[in-house]
Amino acid sequence: MGELLILLYIFVLATLAGREVISKVPPTLHTPLMSGANAISGIAIIGALMVTAAAGQLWVKVLGTAGIVMATINVVGGFMVTDRMLQMFRKR
Amino acid sequence: MENTITQIVYLISAVLFVSGIKLLSSPATARSGNARASLAMLLAIVVTLLDHEILNWTTVLAAMAAGAVIGGLLARYIEMTAMPQLVAVFNGFGGGASAAVAAAEFVRAGGSSPSLGVDVGVTIVLSTLIGAVTFSGSLIAFGKLQGIVTGKPVTFPLQKTFNGLLFLLTLLVGASLAHVAVADAVAPLVGMGGLEISGPFFLTLVVAALILGVLLVIPIGGADMPVVVSLLNSYSGIAAATTGFVLNNYILIIAGSLVGAAGLILTQLMCKAMNRSLGNVAFGAFGTEGPTAKAKTGERPVRDVDAEQAAMVLAYAGSVAVVPGYGLAVAQAQHELKKVCDLLEDRGVTVRFGVHPVAGRMPGHMNVLLAEADVSYDKLLDLDDINAEFDSTDVVLIVGANDVVNPAARDPDSVIAGMPILDVDKARTVIVMKRSLSPGFAGIDNDLFYMDNTLMFFGDARDQMTELVKEVREA
Repeated sequence: MGELLILLYIFVLATLAGREVISKVPPTLHTPLMSGANAISGIAIIGALMVTAAAGQLWVKVLGTAGIVMATINVVGGFMVTDRMLQMFRKR
Repeated sequence: MENTITQIVYLISAVLFVSGIKLLSSPATARSGNARASLAMLLAIVVTLLDHEILNWTTVLAAMAAGAVIGGLLARYIEMTAMPQLVAVFNGFGGGASAAVAAAEFVRAGGSSPSLGVDVGVTIVLSTLIGAVTFSGSLIAFGKLQGIVTGKPVTFPLQKTFNGLLFLLTLLVGASLAHVAVADAVAPLVGMGGLEISGPFFLTLVVAALILGVLLVIPIGGADMPVVVSLLNSYSGIAAATTGFVLNNYILIIAGSLVGAAGLILTQLMCKAMNRSLGNVAFGAFGTEGPTAKAKTGERPVRDVDAEQAAMVLAYAGSVAVVPGYGLAVAQAQHELKKVCDLLEDRGVTVRFGVHPVAGRMPGHMNVLLAEADVSYDKLLDLDDINAEFDSTDVVLIVGANDVVNPAARDPDSVIAGMPILDVDKARTVIVMKRSLSPGFAGIDNDLFYMDNTLMFFGDARDQMTELVKEVREA
């Protein structure tokens, strides 16, 4: 099986898994879910690290570094603000 | 492809992402779910750093430190009312990062299509396209939510045609970049050879995608923002997943598609809550008929009350249901509202909250504001639960909500026909706290305001709520 096909399998199965675990979130938690999911989309940081790590050409370095900065804002800010929201959800 | 240990750590991280999101589905476990997802991210980052021979340590670490400081400060100091625009801007950065990675790969691969191969070419093009659309679209959404860009739908003649042509252009340019045969066919048309087009065409792709992102969001009205924010959230996930295809990286694909699925489900939920299709939200430019409908307001008599009268009605009720809307967020009145509710509960009044799924500017926005004000989450009822209770509710207090309580939704001829609403008119008395009789984002008059059992309590929600605290205390 070709590499591309394996990637496609992973993509489809992960999408289905995502749909299964997410469809049961109550409306109360929609905002934290969205901001948490948003933080996870900062996974692009892995890609940014990979391209920047071995970058020789100037433009690769510039784009990669921009990618790292943006993705880190997304990851750190996203997880922190989600935690800040969730700690307010208390039952009394 | 990375070595085996890296792959195994990525697998662990994938499991943590999935189970973390799973834990997010209950208020009791949500916080540990978020912690688990951030641990997954940390693992993935650390193992990636260890796995690759990093030639630019200083650059990499400085970039990460800069991003962490900016993100951390924003997360720490943002007002809860500004959460929708913060999520929008974070989202834009996620999409921007994916596009930047794809562009970097394009440059690294020599910047010419024949050396890429079709599969890599297609994924680079897709990842750049989706990432750039997410980036500019999210920034416009941020601008609209922040009030920098008008919240009204912005339209111009032949907008859809123009968007369609622009999209075709991106497809054509993308196809030329991804496949040699297309490149050879298209290049002579612009007076270049098949190998020369890559640079200019890639730039064209980026610029066209950025413009497309702006044009897709700008015609969407403020009330539809929950849908747009969740849709863009989904895009940022898909962009990350396509970047995973470019780099042959499993964890990017898994985490990206999880987010893509999450955003899509939330988008569907939001559309359902407004009884509209996604296409209608994206292309409908809802609310443009506003001015004609507005002319009708103010002709019919309403009963208005002051804080003292409203306090009396509330204080001597047996049960009160509060319906919060975006006006509550704008006025930052959630803490005062909580004080009123506490005082009422001290008097033995049952207080509950009815939250419409699209109240506010992002899904679940009201729940976050009320949680911030220390309202226990088991008092927040969703649409179906609270609708079953209105019959036996003495007083409904509506704070800054309009379209979600408009009985016109039951009228098949109305623009909001069929939208699920909170049936507040079934309660014995309705108090509407609102600045004026002006229509909501749907741009239509609200019959609720003119009903016999409705009392209008005009004014800024925060000032009036402060008054109400005083009066309820004395009642």
